[in-house]
This record gives sequence, C-alpha cells and structure tokens, in this order.
Amino acid sequence: MTSVLVAVGAVTAIGAVLAALLEMAGKLFADYGDVTVDVNAGSRTLTVEGGGHLLGTLREQGIFIPSACGGRGSCGACKLKVTEGGGPVLPTETPYLSATERADGVRISCQVKVRSDVAIWIPEEIFAIRSWKATLAAIRILRPGMVELRWELPAGERIRFKAGQYAQLKTARYGKVKEEVFRSYSISSSPRDERAVEFIIERVEGGICSTWVCDHLQVGDTAEISGPYGDFVLSDTDREMIMIAAASGMSPIKSILHALEEQGSTRKATFFFSARNMGELFHLDLMKRFEETLPGFAFVPTLTRPPEPDASWPGKTGRVPALIAEMIGDRVKDAEAYLCGGAGLIDGCTAALWAMGMPNERIFYDKFE
Amino acid sequence: MSHGTLSALVILFAAVFTNNVVLSNFLGLCSFLSVSRAVTSSIGLGMAVTFVMTTTAGLNWLVYHHVLVPLGLVYLRFAVFIIVIAAFVQFVEMALERLAPALYFALGIFLPLITVNCAVLGVALFMIIRQYSFLESVAYGLGGGVGFLVAITVLASLRWRIRKSKVPPALQGAGIAVIMSGIMALGFVGLSGLITIN
Ligand SMILES: Cc1cc2nc3c(=O)[nH]c(=O)nc-3n(C[C@H](O)[C@H](O)[C@H](O)COP(=O)(O)OP(=O)(O)OC[C@H]3O[C@@H](n4cnc5c(N)ncnc54)[C@H](O)[C@@H]3O)c2cc1C
Ligand code: FES
Repeated sequence: MTSVLVAVGAVTAIGAVLAALLEMAGKLFADYGDVTVDVNAGSRTLTVEGGGHLLGTLREQGIFIPSACGGRGSCGACKLKVTEGGGPVLPTETPYLSATERADGVRISCQVKVRSDVAIWIPEEIFAIRSWKATLAAIRILRPGMVELRWELPAGERIRFKAGQYAQLKTARYGKVKEEVFRSYSISSSPRDERAVEFIIERVEGGICSTWVCDHLQVGDTAEISGPYGDFVLSDTDREMIMIAAASGMSPIKSILHALEEQGSTRKATFFFSARNMGELFHLDLMKRFEETLPGFAFVPTLTRPPEPDASWPGKTGRVPALIAEMIGDRVKDAEAYLCGGAGLIDGCTAALWAMGMPNERIFYDKFE
Repeated sequence: MSHGTLSALVILFAAVFTNNVVLSNFLGLCSFLSVSRAVTSSIGLGMAVTFVMTTTAGLNWLVYHHVLVPLGLVYLRFAVFIIVIAAFVQFVEMALERLAPALYFALGIFLPLITVNCAVLGVALFMIIRQYSFLESVAYGLGGGVGFLVAITVLASLRWRIRKSKVPPALQGAGIAVIMSGIMALGFVGLSGLITIN
C-alpha cells in the first residue's frame, strides 16, 4: 500500500516540479515587453505589447488586415510585407507564398510573432479599413431563408468602398453559442450610400452567424462591422460583362449594378442567376428596374430543376455554361466575368469560360466559403 | 588518461559507428525517414537530437540514481524519463525562442518532433541497462546523437543523389528510403569489429 502511495507521490512530485519550472520559464521568456511596429517606412509608429501574432496585434491598433479564416492560417488572405524583424518564413506560411512574394518579404501575418521591433509595409487601402458599432436599421425577408440587412454607421461616420467588396460582421453570444465569431459578407448596397452597408445573408443549417442573423437579430440591435475588404471589384474597362451568381451571391453583383446605374453606364452586361426553382428567386423587381435604367443590361434567371409543366415560367432553364454558349457565344473571348457564390458554381463556370476562350485575368470571383 | 575518460571515449565512438542508434538499434526511424527528404533540415534535426540526447541522458541519469533508486521506484523509469524529456524539450524551445532566435529558427522547429523520438528514450534506457557512470552516460548520449546526425545526413544526401533516378513507382518515397537505410545498416555492420561495447 505505502509503495503505491510513494510511487504516485513521487511521479506527482516530479511532474509538479517540472510544471513549476516550465511555468516560471514561461513568465520569464514569454514576456517580450513593449516593441515598436514601424508602418510604411515611418508614416506611423506603433508601440505594442510583444509576443502576439502580427494580425491580432495590428487589429488592436485599429489596422484591419483582411482575414477570411479569422487567423487560423488556412486562407492566406492576411498577407503583408514585413521588411524587418519578421524572422524566417515558417513552414505554416509556405503553402500560401509564391517565390516572388517570398523574395519580396511577404508574410502570412497571422503566423508571424511580434518578438522584437518590426517594420511592415501595407497598402494605403488597408488604412481605409475601419470598424464601427453599427445599428441594424432594417431587416427584410427576401424569400424563406434569405434576408437583407441594413446596418447604419454611427452618426457622422462614412464607409468608402468599391462595388463588389465585402465587410466582416462580428456576432454576439446567443443561446448555446458561447463564442463570438467573425464572418465575411459582401456589401449589396450602392457605394454612394456611405452611411450604411447592406448584406444579403442566406441561412446555413447549423451556421453560427447566419442563424444569429435569421433568428435572433432585431431592428435596433448593434454589432461590430469592419471593412471594406477584397479585390472583387468593378473594373474600369468598357468590356462586355458576364455576371454569374446563385443565392446570396447576388449581393456584390447588386452593388456593382447600383454603381453602373449611378455612372449612367451603357456597358453591355448579362447577369445569369441560377436557382433550382421559382421559389428561390428574389429581387425580381429590382432587376427589372436595372434593365430599364441600364441600356446594355439583361437579367437572365435560370431554373436548374425543371419547373412543373403547369407553372407559368417564361424564362430559361438549365445550367449557366450552356446559356452562356447560347446567348453570348463567341463574344466570351473579349468579355469579362464576375462570379459569386459557392465553390461548385464558380469552379464549374470558370472551367467553362476558359474552355470558351476567356483568359484567366479577366475572370473575377468571390467564393463564399 | 584515466580509465573513466577512456571508457567514455570508447562508448562515444561505439555509439556513433558500431552501435548506431538508428542503424543498429533501429530507433528514431519515423523522423529519420520523414525529415531526410532535405539535407539542410536533416542537419538541423540531427543537431537538435544531439543536443537533447546529451543533456537528457545526463538529467535522466541524475533523476534515476538520485530519485528513483533511493525511493525504490526503478520500475517507473519509463514514465519518468518521458516526462523529463518532454519538459526539458519544452523548456529549451521556450528559452531558444527568446534568447537565440536565429538558433530557434534553425533547430527549434524540430524540437517538438524530438519529444516523441524513441531514440532519445532508448538512449536513457540503454544507459541504465548497461550500468554506465554519469560521464559514460553523457558520452553515450552525445555519441547516440552524433550517430543519428551522421545517419540522417547520409540518408538525406543519398536521397538527393537519387532524386532523378527512375525508382519503380511502388518503391518511391519511403519505400526506397527504407531499402537504402537497410544497405547503410549493412555497411555499418562492417564496422562492428572496430570497437565493442556491452
Ligand atoms: C469574401 C466572402 C464573401 C461572402 N459573402 C457572403 C454573402 O454575401 N452572403 C452570405 O450569405 N454569405 C457570404 N459569405 C459566407 C459567410 O461568410 C459565411 O461563411 C456563411 O454565412 C456561414 O457562416 P455561419 O457562421 O452561419 O456558419 P458556420 O458556423 O461557419 O458553418 C456551419 C457549417 O456550415 C458549413 N457552411 C459554411 N458556409 C456554407 C455555405 N455557404 N453553404 C453551405 N454550407 C456552409 C460549414 O462548413 C459548417 O460545417 C461570404 C464569404 C466570403 C469568404
Ligand atoms: S487569416 Fe487566414 S491565413 Fe491568416
């Protein structure tokens, strides 16, 4: 009996001594004190607490680096240039960096630890990214499982974004959900409307943010919104545009259409909107309005599940690539494409566009995942 | 030279050449095979293993003879050695990251791999079975580590040499590496008459 106690006691004691040593070492070594971050060769100098990751450290200082995965090192969106003090590139970063980027000092900022003074370089647009405590001014059900939200910024504040960009919404804790998460949503409203942002959000079964939005949010609630992010934006060429979306993927295209309308654009543009059945369509009146105000614009909704024979569906049926071949044909080679939605739609349609002769650099897309 | 130092030197050389941990005891094979894809990381891992083996051999010797033996807990050596190795590696990783960042980036990233490297535990267990003194144990740890460094660097260089060779598809990667290690082990057997340790 005593031998058992001695054994347990001895192992526990050895473990405890080692744990205490590690704890002390942690205190001793993990405290990096204050370090300075030099931004864009002296244009700003920040004094921050060392030891954290660059992405989070900058966020605390009000500099918002795009991060679709929220800092888990799985999206590669949080790239920035570290000119001094970043240390060598880590194995967790290499999958996202090309040889030229590595030579340029580009790093994955959610992986780089701020251990000593660092110097970084970030594009001017990033400083335009800000965060606000926005108020939900309106919530509208577009169809079952699809809502449109309007978030108003605090009085006197403005957001300047380009049509097609997205913002991030931070959820609150609700019900059984004990964590706050950041999720990205394309802005669906016009870039002229700088006092607010609108989102089109689709319910995802079991989704943390979309369930919160669809079931819990009420007009008057507030939430943190940051933006604008992303380079899915309207180009300033005159090329014919092919727009492709399904479900909430309509959101950034709607913003682009608002922008074209405000420019009085006569650019030729065809918007293929894929849905399974008539019940999945929405914003039909708005699309009709765009067809009237934009001389070059056509809205082409298509149903992929054959409609009931007795349903009066005057429109197209079938998948988008076949319709592009039928309606655009050879003009695809000189056109530009804007795709938005899930991976299936985007991968299928980009492959079809390549096959029809559209070069890669004229295919713009935002994958919602 | 005193008898103690001499026997320690013999043990050191034997551990590198005739009783190589990898090639005659077949320990530490997982990192041996997976990291040997590149020569530079092989050298990094080999140095990190050498450091950890040498220091933990000494530490574990002290713990064994001054804690476990007096308390009659010799049968707990497996568990205790593993805890000591894991805690020590963790400690070194933290210290390196802070105090010698350059070294941390060269060797530190391999440290977590070493915690679960059975060659490190193997060295600690062999030194007890063979009843080494403190000095001999440290020498054995150092020799074991250098032996690992030599073996993995040689294998990595061989893999680099054959990178353009036509290996049958079924043997590509780990398959051909295991065959090459086997041939290397045979080569090392040829050295076994040189020095012997018991
Ligand atoms: C640049 C960008 C723009 C985006 N714009 C929009 C937008 O305008 N409107 C919009 O509704 N969403 C948009 N998204 C997607 C959005 O960010 C969230 O991923 C989505 O709302 C699900 O979040 P959640 O918290 O509800 O679900 P989570 O709690 O993150 O996920 C729950 C489960 O659902 C799965 N899942 C996640 N997303 C989907 C999906 N889209 N379809 C099916 N299953 C899914 C997950 O794999 C997980 O298993 C965009 C994403 C990106 C990266
Ligand atoms: S935020 Fe996604 S990889 Fe850094």
